[in-house]
Amino acid sequence: MCRPTLKMLLLSAVLAFPATALAVAPDLGPSSPATQAQITALQQAVKDAQAASAAAQSTGDNAWMLVSAALVLLMTGPGLALFYGGLVRKKNILATMMQSFAMMGLVTIIWAIAGYSLAFGEGNWFIGGLQHLFLRGVGLSPNPNYGPTIPEQTFMVYQLMFAIITPALITGAFAERMKFSAMAVFLSLWSLAVYSPMAHMVWGIGGLLNATGGRFPSLDFAGGTVVHVTSGVSALVTCIYLGKRIGYPQTNMPPHSMVLSFIGACLLWVGWFGFNAGSALGASSLATSAFINTHFAAAAAALGWTVAEWIHNGKPTALGAISGCVAGLVAITPASGFVQPFAALAIGLVAGAVCSFMVFEVKSRLGYDDSLDAFGVHGAGGTLGALLTGLFATRAINAAFGKDAPTGAIDGHWGQILNQLTGVGIAWGISIVGTLVLLFVVDKVIGLRVSPEQEWEGLDLSQHGEEGYDFNT
Amino acid sequence: MLKIEAILQPSKLDAVKDALLEAGIEGMTILEARGHGRQKGHTEFYRGREYTVDLLPKVKIELVVNDEMKEKTVQAIIGAARTGRIGDGKIFVSRVDDAIRIRNDERGETAL
Repeated sequence: MCRPTLKMLLLSAVLAFPATALAVAPDLGPSSPATQAQITALQQAVKDAQAASAAAQSTGDNAWMLVSAALVLLMTGPGLALFYGGLVRKKNILATMMQSFAMMGLVTIIWAIAGYSLAFGEGNWFIGGLQHLFLRGVGLSPNPNYGPTIPEQTFMVYQLMFAIITPALITGAFAERMKFSAMAVFLSLWSLAVYSPMAHMVWGIGGLLNATGGRFPSLDFAGGTVVHVTSGVSALVTCIYLGKRIGYPQTNMPPHSMVLSFIGACLLWVGWFGFNAGSALGASSLATSAFINTHFAAAAAALGWTVAEWIHNGKPTALGAISGCVAGLVAITPASGFVQPFAALAIGLVAGAVCSFMVFEVKSRLGYDDSLDAFGVHGAGGTLGALLTGLFATRAINAAFGKDAPTGAIDGHWGQILNQLTGVGIAWGISIVGTLVLLFVVDKVIGLRVSPEQEWEGLDLSQHGEEGYDFNT
Repeated sequence: MLKIEAILQPSKLDAVKDALLEAGIEGMTILEARGHGRQKGHTEFYRGREYTVDLLPKVKIELVVNDEMKEKTVQAIIGAARTGRIGDGKIFVSRVDDAIRIRNDERGETAL
């Protein structure tokens, strides 16, 4: 062994010190019990913080979702009730409002019993299952497929509000001439036969058109195809099957109260924030995107229709402005959580112009009596919106197909437009077939249309024994 | 006794009522009416189509007065309602067989 140098002595001393210190103070060792206890405590604290953060996120998400559900219900009652009610003649105001209100009652019960299960239960490509009949198994803990941070019942009740408004939209096509009883039966069956399957295909787990894992992944953020195309096309079928109102088109039948329609339209605009931004299923930045897109499209479309009308007629009407805003809201519905704000402006502008053309020119040329323009606005607007979604959807807003995958055409994925077309085509198909079958059956069993005397007298008196306005008392 | 029916522009109602009160006539019936004479209607738009509304809002005043009051009443109405333009309105005068006060069964001119 070599003679210890001064360096070695110093080195030993330096090394000896911590060794001695460790030997003297055992609490500072990496495997000591105290350190282990601290580590365990820290791990628990991290877990607690994560749980608290998740709970806070859940609280925020659930709060927004419950508000959204309330906003969507507001769209039906009184939004749509007023919008449609003001557009019909005075003698039919109550009957028109009753049709929307009846949906609020009937569809709720149908949804709770079977509608939700058929739409969102696990089944096949086309329809869900019966596992959630009477809402069995739908509890207060989240369903990871449908809003992982909110109770499944929140999701269920939110979707219910969509199921309510969709058939209510159809009533616009057969306004002023359908029996209340027949309408109630027809639309209740429609909700199960057309709405639930369509909702399943687009949003249900395992659905044919589901953006995640579907055979033809369709981008429909808040219901462009599920709500607007189905209701709009079904409306067209119904108004053709039922026939025109007595005196149409020779007799002019202007709205009896544009004031009511105006109020209804504004309620629809505000309520639509729940419809679109709520479809983010949480209070996230995606909800912010959808909120902004919704608003921008409504504004741009109101402008688009107004300008088109100003050129066409020489005067901008209030009816045109509010119809335009609704058309924009319809068109942005499928796109709301996928596009940039300026794409939303473009979509709105185009929807306002195109839907006004549908209503001014196409309807009068083809001669069908779509009384309140359910097809012209919802059917046409929804179809247009679905296709424009394929064009403008971008992963910058929503990486729907994966973090690095393109979403829509502007990302380079032009095939998405074909997928959108497929979804729209299926919506058209199921709406036409389902509606025709149901109309035929209900007509044979109950009879769909009121008698000419009842139509002349007005549905308020003939169907409900009431008058909407009595200024003589 | 004479019945005087005047169809007027709604905007002239207040002026005519004041003029009649000043002329000493207190009883009148006022009805809301729609109609037109030579005055054309206006156009409105509904869903891109233009249509004419030719049933225009009017006001109708009905009075029953003594025979002697006829000219005074007519002049009161004309003075308050005339603008010189088409649409000013018309006055019709007809005979009334009897007038009865419901409260106390008074008949004839004293019931007016």
